[in-house]
Amino acid sequence: MIAELGLAALWLAAALAALQLVTGFLAVKESGGEMAVLVRPAAMVQGLLCAAAFVMLLWLFVITDLSVKLVAMNSHSDKPLIFKLSGAWGNHEGSMLLWITVMALAGGLIALLERRLPERTMMATLGAQAFVGLGFYAFLLFSSNPFERLPQPAVEGLGLNPLLQDIGLAMHPPTLYFGYVGLSVAFSFAVGALLTRQVNPDFARAMRPWVLGAWIFLTLGITAGSYWAYYELGWGGWWFWDPVENASLMPWLAATALLHSASVLAARDALRVWTIMLGVVAFSMSMVGTFLVRSGILTSVHAFAVDPERGTFILALLAIYIGGALVLFALRAGSIAEGDRFSVSSREGALVVNNVMLSAILGIVLLGTLYPLLTEAFDVRVSVGPPYFNPVGAVFVFPMLIVMAVGPLLRWRQDDWQRVKRPLIATGLVTLATLVLAMMPGSIDLLPLLGLAFATGLAIASFLPLRGRALLRVPLATWGMVIAHFGIAVALFGMASESAFSQEKLAAVKVGESTRVGPWQVALAGVEPVAGPNWTAIEGRLLAMHDGGEAIELDPQARNFWAPPQETTESALATRWNGQLYAVIGNEAGQGRWQLRLWWKPFVTFIWYGGLLVALGGLLALIGRLSADLKRRAVYARAEARQRGVHA
Amino acid sequence: MTQLRHPGKSRDCFHYRLAKQRQIPAFVGMTIILLALCSPVAAQQSLPPAPYAYKQLEDPRQEAEAQTLMETLRCLKCQSQSIADSDAPMAGDMRHQVRSRIAAGEEPEAIRAWLVARYGDYVSYAPAVSETTWPLFAIPVLLLLGAIAVIWRRVGRRS
Repeated sequence: MIAELGLAALWLAAALAALQLVTGFLAVKESGGEMAVLVRPAAMVQGLLCAAAFVMLLWLFVITDLSVKLVAMNSHSDKPLIFKLSGAWGNHEGSMLLWITVMALAGGLIALLERRLPERTMMATLGAQAFVGLGFYAFLLFSSNPFERLPQPAVEGLGLNPLLQDIGLAMHPPTLYFGYVGLSVAFSFAVGALLTRQVNPDFARAMRPWVLGAWIFLTLGITAGSYWAYYELGWGGWWFWDPVENASLMPWLAATALLHSASVLAARDALRVWTIMLGVVAFSMSMVGTFLVRSGILTSVHAFAVDPERGTFILALLAIYIGGALVLFALRAGSIAEGDRFSVSSREGALVVNNVMLSAILGIVLLGTLYPLLTEAFDVRVSVGPPYFNPVGAVFVFPMLIVMAVGPLLRWRQDDWQRVKRPLIATGLVTLATLVLAMMPGSIDLLPLLGLAFATGLAIASFLPLRGRALLRVPLATWGMVIAHFGIAVALFGMASESAFSQEKLAAVKVGESTRVGPWQVALAGVEPVAGPNWTAIEGRLLAMHDGGEAIELDPQARNFWAPPQETTESALATRWNGQLYAVIGNEAGQGRWQLRLWWKPFVTFIWYGGLLVALGGLLALIGRLSADLKRRAVYARAEARQRGVHA
Repeated sequence: MTQLRHPGKSRDCFHYRLAKQRQIPAFVGMTIILLALCSPVAAQQSLPPAPYAYKQLEDPRQEAEAQTLMETLRCLKCQSQSIADSDAPMAGDMRHQVRSRIAAGEEPEAIRAWLVARYGDYVSYAPAVSETTWPLFAIPVLLLLGAIAVIWRRVGRRS
């Protein structure tokens, strides 16, 4: 019964989306038409219906209703409750339902709250939102129904992939989806503004919180995903340039560019066309990401060709939305003025350079991700990995870091280099000094070297915009920028340090023996079997001493899950302020010895601290912008009330 | 049945483990050691991993060289992992190959060439410029030129 209710709620929501689409565009054609009153309520009710459907799916997983195919395929009655819940979105159908739920809720929210834009543009925006939504409803209802029943209830579920039974990963996909969906709202705003040709600072201000929100979630999602890969896969790698990772990185790059160009549009009424273009590109990248992850094309192009239904569906949606938006863009872009002019030595100038660089990096990641798929279709298999992405990306990243250090110091419209010369030269000298210092040992590769030096320079430069200002009166949004830029420097430092200074030790050790890695002395104190709710494991008890200090106990495990049967390694980490000791226990190596894999990774944690700082910066900026909007709204309301008082 | 579609980095490694007994011979016959011992296939299960799969070389300079090379070689049974990042037995065997060849004094690029000759370009993460890969290098150059052009146009348009 619950499953049927959920399905009915989904169908109703889809019908409302169709209503919203039709009435929305009718309202654009003749403003003031009677149908317009239906648009906003349709969006709001649609959000509630989707949320209801999602809650019903969660409920089915909680009670492990094995007559529902999705539950039987992905859950198991033995599983802990939290993983029963996360199992609801740890699969294709459930995750698509999550996607559409978040999207419908976002649509409901703009329908409820957004009153700044001209009503016609709002109707066009909500119509566009419904248009995007309809495609996903169709996808869900026709090819990925999460509520499908089995002809015969299963006796027991097949379980959730053990790799996914991890709290970090339970939260990872929702975080990314919030990001993807936020960009769909930005896309709808862009299409709405294109349709009515009203591209102005108000449009940028209405769109910005959504882009910022999406960007914060994407940042968190990427950071969490990277940390998950780091501790779960058991080899200490934190980024693999895997297509799935790139699928989350590409929307982030586009959103970063969009965020900055929307700021120019909001503050200076410039870069109109460019901002619209990025709005379309950012959502395209979310769609490309969804296509890559959901179509199964990554496993093999040929596997995709054998069962192409879902992949083709997403590809068709991608073509319709992106193609449609680009055609609309081509038709309208000519009639939208680019906006105010500015000099290259201005903040806008720096932002344009950074936007171009970010777009180029995006282009390279996209190329490197799609190229192997393209050649595989012609039966030529090539691998594109770190040796390609790192140096080719660096060509664009390092110039971008320089502009990132300089740009925030410049004034809008036009600035004089002389004004900012002194702090910049000082920062440049520190960067150079770090570079020389890091070159001393002579064993560090070029990219980590540059990374260390640029990270130091950027860390200093990111605080320069605060120079000579009363810190308490600096707007929250500026603090946000400072912290986010500092976060990039911190993350870069972590990446460079990990790559330059990591030490590895592989050893076969008997109980009672010990081995060294970097400044650590690690002893194997014991090996014991342990059991969890749905796994058994061999657990090693390691005593690790940093430079003869107090011993820290580490308990890495080699786990065997039984539903479904799989082996995983659970690494154990000892975190210090200046890095992490990473320990993994492997197989028995004969004669009572056990395989240990140990790494000392100086400052590796800075990678994720940096990511968190970037997200925090975004959050501060979002709060700053929203509270400024609220204040402005209050001022307008008061002025309006006063005027009415005068007239009366 | 359970399809882990998303974080599938090591999915294939796990499938590999599950599928050990019904391995395709092409992959079994991949190392010299396994070549000698690979039939019957099931016997592989009881084999200890090749010595250098989980053991470093004595000479730290050689080990560093081997490590650098291993990070650029693909684990053929994994999704997007290098042989330096994988528990798959095949990755272990390839690590053994790399380490013992480095120890024997072979140049890293010679080892890469040997592996590419055996498994094709797919095994190397560092694509060389060739008939099939030139766009990978041409397009970034175009992007660079395009970026310079866009910025140049902006410079020309002073207010």
